[in-house]
Amino acid sequence: MDFDYGEAAEKFRIEFRNWLEDNLDPDWRDRVGDINLDNPAAGADHPWLREWDRRLYDAGYKGIAWPEEHGGRGMSLLEQVVFHEELVAAGAPVVANFLAETLLGPTIIRWGSEAQKERFLGPILRGEEFWCQGFSEPNAGSDLASLATRAVRDGDEWVVSGQKVWTTNAQFADYCFCLARTDPDAAPHKGISFLLVPMKQPGVTVRPLLQPTNTDEFNEVFFDEARCPAANVVGGENNGWAVAMTTLGFERGSSVTTQFLTYERELSEIVESARARGLLADPVVRRDLAAAHTKVAIMRANAYRTLTALTTAGADLDEAGSGFHPSLNKLFWSEYHQWVTNLAVNLRGPEALVVGDGYRVTSQQFAFLFARSETIWGGTSQVQRNIVGERLLGLPKEPKPEKNTQR
Amino acid sequence: MNFAFTEEQEELKKGARQFLENYSASEAVRTLMETDTGYDPQVWSRIGTELGWPSLHIPEEYGGSGFSYVELIAVMEEMGRALLCAPFFSTVCLAANALLVGATEEQKLEHLPGIAAGETIATVAYTEPSGKWDASGIAATATADGDEVVIDGTKSFVIDGATASLLIVAAREPGSEGDAGVDLFVVPADTAGVERRALNTMDMTRKQAEIKLDGVRVPAANRLGAAGSGWETLSKTLDLACVALAAEQVGGAQMCLDMSVDYAKVRVQFGRPIGSFQAIKHKCADMLLEVESARSAAYYAGWAAAEDNEELLTVAPLAKAYCSDAYFHCAAENIQIHGGIGFTWEHDAHLYFKRAKSSEILFGDATYHREILAQRIGL
Repeated sequence: MDFDYGEAAEKFRIEFRNWLEDNLDPDWRDRVGDINLDNPAAGADHPWLREWDRRLYDAGYKGIAWPEEHGGRGMSLLEQVVFHEELVAAGAPVVANFLAETLLGPTIIRWGSEAQKERFLGPILRGEEFWCQGFSEPNAGSDLASLATRAVRDGDEWVVSGQKVWTTNAQFADYCFCLARTDPDAAPHKGISFLLVPMKQPGVTVRPLLQPTNTDEFNEVFFDEARCPAANVVGGENNGWAVAMTTLGFERGSSVTTQFLTYERELSEIVESARARGLLADPVVRRDLAAAHTKVAIMRANAYRTLTALTTAGADLDEAGSGFHPSLNKLFWSEYHQWVTNLAVNLRGPEALVVGDGYRVTSQQFAFLFARSETIWGGTSQVQRNIVGERLLGLPKEPKPEKNTQR
Repeated sequence: MNFAFTEEQEELKKGARQFLENYSASEAVRTLMETDTGYDPQVWSRIGTELGWPSLHIPEEYGGSGFSYVELIAVMEEMGRALLCAPFFSTVCLAANALLVGATEEQKLEHLPGIAAGETIATVAYTEPSGKWDASGIAATATADGDEVVIDGTKSFVIDGATASLLIVAAREPGSEGDAGVDLFVVPADTAGVERRALNTMDMTRKQAEIKLDGVRVPAANRLGAAGSGWETLSKTLDLACVALAAEQVGGAQMCLDMSVDYAKVRVQFGRPIGSFQAIKHKCADMLLEVESARSAAYYAGWAAAEDNEELLTVAPLAKAYCSDAYFHCAAENIQIHGGIGFTWEHDAHLYFKRAKSSEILFGDATYHREILAQRIGL
């Protein structure tokens, strides 16, 4: 066992750390959870966030995981991990176009036509075109394959109708990568296509979705005969399910293995706040904070196992014990985060429940409330447990309800 | 970056599993747990000579084979899985560690080769009838008398205390308190004044004893290291023992999960395997999450022990706390998933449940270890 990242990655760490020192303005630091709070109407469209994006691009720090032929840097996984570690350590904000850079770009590189690569990859890296992801629908949450948005061919175009929901940053997006049913007669998984639909057109309506935080990171998106070129299908007609699975697979990437860093920072703030209030003599508080430390330390160790599996040729994360499976990871962090943000509120007492004018919440209140969404988005805890039970442990699936049994 | 066993370590672990499946199957465990000594001398001898497990992490200059703590936890995990009934944990994870941490060169050369060769059974006797796991629980006294020391007191819950030939006994200078004044002494079990009584333990797979020390005289040279360094030695020894125990708990918890999953696939009720019901499936998923997380904690702690770095101070208590909770939960769920058959003497589920509980309590439960962690991270 060893936990060295190797010479190349450590050399890159120094280079990138120095660059951050010079280029990440002090005002931009430690606003990770705060971006939507100081100006709820602006969200990812903050001018300073765009400026940050541009500086990263100019210095060659966009698309670090992409192959060089597509404008990326082709970095090793360990270098990507170092990149994320340094961003977190510096308190840097999440880049505004992260969905496009981490999910869509790699998907296009894997499945896209040469023309699609030519047309879309450059603008993503340069931050010229913003993207949102149109997967979930009101009646297709956990059961994504039951989605109802339709796309019908009309000459050189697809005509898209339907509704998407929980669409992050749709209000700023120029394009949506979206799943639509293109063969209504095929089995649910087989009649879906992966489309690239322009957002700025008459057939698209975006309505912000106000959450319990009184902020609106998410939106509803209505497609009413919206149009996109026929060539904007990624990975072939009716092959959208396989493409979407690739996209979701990229969520397993390097950021998964650095998530614990954010929680380490958050926990040390909770500890200092408890210390300031003189609570650290209470044995129950001590026990809870030690338990939180334990869970974060285990997340770090779990991350190292995932990283080991990802950098080992032939390792299969779906094989129990080979690494630490993404579904286990999702369960662990999302449930930890609900627990620890609740603890943080309890430790602060009634002051924690006083919000600002216009129901403006603090970052701690935001974290406490937002944590409720974390066991829902990206596959609910219940879906994750089904995946773990069936895929990793080989337990039998729930039998499908028999047809024609309605009274 | 490589947080995994090497090929050689995997082979060692596989070999251990195979050996234990043959020689520590349910039937053997049940036979041995009914005996007073709690182990099979022939199997123990093969573990010591053929397999060389007691020698794994002991340096070559003391008769060991000079591997690291990582090799040790790899076999500990398999022993936990098989509920091995043998004085391995007491001899290697307690006594050998105490010697490695605190003994003088001379003492190491005297005692470690016998342990490494599997000839000596040894243990650490520090807990007393008060059941306290910290230094305040050590009330036995060691009174200097010329070149000798006279030890008086009662030790209890001593793992393999009735079968060990070599005892490492914690006692304090009369009048001292807390961490100060504690010393560890090597006491041959046949020394006059040592009286041992086996305890009837709920977990029959790990034997314990009460040891009365009544005017026990040993040479002052039997003190491990410098005078007054006993608690420091013991504290580090317990950290190392907790890491080994955590790995053993991972093995036990994994076995409980495997038993549950196997049963959930074949047990049919309401016309379906019960594992197809989410109520059961989600229990199993939670068990896997805990087993894998416990494994990460135990392996990481094993690495810190092998490196002997300062992280050991925090990862040992957190691994012990987490693995204790995980094993107990998995062992309890294993009974529940098996239903009625799981609550019979005939089924092995209760053997794991009892071992889980005894391992959880050993050296202090999860709450105790979280407090140790709290102190060590500056809370």
